[in-house]
Amino acid sequence: MDLLRFITCGSVDDGKSTLIGRLLYDSESVSLDVLAALEKRQASNGIVDLALLTDGLRAEREQGITIDVAYKYFTTPRRKFIITDAPGHVQYTRNMVTGASNADLAIVLVDARQGVIEQTRRHTLIAALLGIRHFVLAVNKMDLVQYDETIFNQISADYAALTDHFQLPKATAIPLSALNGDNVVTRSQELPWYAAPSLLEHLESVPGSVEVAAAPRFQVQYVIRPQTPELPDYRGYAGQVLSGQYRRGDKVRILPSGQESAIEAIEVSQQEVETATAPQAVVIRLRDDVDVSRGDTIVPLNDEPTLTRELEATLCWMSEQPLWPGRKLLLQHHSALVKAAIPAILHKVNVHTFARAAADSAQLNDIVRVRLKTAVPLAVDNYHQNRATGSFILVDELSGDTVAAGLIGEANANYFTAPTSPPVAFSI
Amino acid sequence: MITPTFDYLDRLEAEAIHILREVAGQFERPALLFSGGKDSIVLTRLAEKAFRPGRFPFPLVHVDTGHNFPEVLAYRDALAEQLGEKLIVRSVEETIKRQRLREPGGKYPSRNPLQTYTLLETIEEFEFDACIGGARRDEEKARAKERIFSVRDEFGQWDPKRQRPELWNIYNGRIQKGENVRVFPISNWTELDVWRYIQRENIALPDIYFGHERTCVVLPSGQLLGLTEHIRLDQDDEIVTRQVRFRTVGDSTCTAAVESDAATVEDIIEDLLLAKVSERGATRLDDNISEAGMEDRKRNGYF
Repeated sequence: MDLLRFITCGSVDDGKSTLIGRLLYDSESVSLDVLAALEKRQASNGIVDLALLTDGLRAEREQGITIDVAYKYFTTPRRKFIITDAPGHVQYTRNMVTGASNADLAIVLVDARQGVIEQTRRHTLIAALLGIRHFVLAVNKMDLVQYDETIFNQISADYAALTDHFQLPKATAIPLSALNGDNVVTRSQELPWYAAPSLLEHLESVPGSVEVAAAPRFQVQYVIRPQTPELPDYRGYAGQVLSGQYRRGDKVRILPSGQESAIEAIEVSQQEVETATAPQAVVIRLRDDVDVSRGDTIVPLNDEPTLTRELEATLCWMSEQPLWPGRKLLLQHHSALVKAAIPAILHKVNVHTFARAAADSAQLNDIVRVRLKTAVPLAVDNYHQNRATGSFILVDELSGDTVAAGLIGEANANYFTAPTSPPVAFSI
Repeated sequence: MITPTFDYLDRLEAEAIHILREVAGQFERPALLFSGGKDSIVLTRLAEKAFRPGRFPFPLVHVDTGHNFPEVLAYRDALAEQLGEKLIVRSVEETIKRQRLREPGGKYPSRNPLQTYTLLETIEEFEFDACIGGARRDEEKARAKERIFSVRDEFGQWDPKRQRPELWNIYNGRIQKGENVRVFPISNWTELDVWRYIQRENIALPDIYFGHERTCVVLPSGQLLGLTEHIRLDQDDEIVTRQVRFRTVGDSTCTAAVESDAATVEDIIEDLLLAKVSERGATRLDDNISEAGMEDRKRNGYF
């Protein structure tokens, strides 16, 4: 059994919460006492509102909105699923970016009566920007358009035009009614013209995470040094294989120092193993007595990332205090924390069209392209080639708050255009 | 290249180990909050995988309510001994005396709300900057919205509207003086995942998790509460002896037992696959008080 993480994009009006509720309910992931609590609140009309399964906090229930990213879980005999539920309102680009950062798949929800709207474009483009490769267009509320095939086909065609225009991965369009349960978990008699799998069947069959395909990357999180009489000289570099695979004996380089060594041993749960593959958490020991500390990257000699102090990146600005050029911040690149400055904002990106516009600042929820300098060199990859080593966050040095999500473009280059092996081939 | 396929438990395990190592790398004085319950026991196994052959970079900290199950306390001491790790125990009893708090009243006096006081005192005493806990997002609605690195102010309060966005697997533990971070490495695990992991790793648990005979009080809701000296019995209380087990291990006065013959981890997993009542719903009397019970307690510094 494997794991799939997906994000649901859409607003309350599209029936997003109902859809998640339906997935949990029909896959029998809701317990009786939770249902009883729901029924207690719905006694007046007798219908259980499945949307309430996802509304967590009191403030949200009072206002009927979703404040923040919430996580839900369900398991079928084939898979464990982690649902990231991010609110759909315009002002919540930051939540959508947060949710999409960990997802393998995005369900983009539209109301069959409205079709593809501005919000659909925004959700799709943000999900694609964050590197999601699998898209489902869930055409909901089919019951309200009499399960009309032509309406579904029109919406699918409109959406295909959108993904073609931006050279995004093709989406799988599925007609459904979350309210009635049509085609969510079980196929529906109301949709005789639709012969393909239901939403859940589709979710069970798409490929999961693919960290293995990328170049080998490993970052040291912690140095294990027992310094006991039995192990006086043991030095183990503990960390997670971020992508690719390592093998005992591999010749490696330590970055940023540039020293060379070779892998003496790989340990998983204190057992020596021959290989370590993403996303395994391992301990690596090196053949030579080299200087390695937290935040350093260990990479194979023939497949190295870019080592740079200057890079271009796309930021989603997440702070209420705007970003002005010249700002100094901390940059956290997984376990590496370095000082950084942003000398220039190159342009702002319209999240509905991906058109560029000049900008001299970035406000909350803006997506901007910036030039960045760091105090020490970072070992980075292009985000669209390696989600793990191509991502970072910016942190306000005083408050400690996370103020931006960063996606690394070509380091030391003007712009990144289409990556050579495109999952998503647009440039912004 | 051989590309192994990973089971979902492998992925959850790798994620949790990654989080534990981030705590070790980012904080000066972390602690692992150890309750003796299965979730915190799983955390100690994950910590072994994260840090051996070295020592844990944090002590185990137990807040003893004085109403704990004796089996759990014995297990706690044996485990700390076997791991060779430091165990710090602070008691709610002492906090009540020192802060002149009122003992909870009522028929089933729960010291659960008072744990928060002792926890905050302990954090202050040792200047802990990060406390690792075994909470999971599937337990409760408010938990579903909490970050893996959850920043708390000096009163331990959680503000759901002021949470930091948590992107990719990058965890921001930067805090100001007085603040601390609660860290939940098994946030993405469900109760079933925890049991399957216990099975896979062959982890020993306190006996009370398995079916055993126990004298219980029958609550008005029909739930069973193990009889202890802390419960004030009335004449018309129904006392029964049943074959029961515990699904969660909290304060003995607020943790109900469920009837079960499950003798092994396999039996429990089978039980769970059939069970239709949620873990906290079945056994935690303190959450049922109001629908926003957990949200309120987290805002007040509960972990």
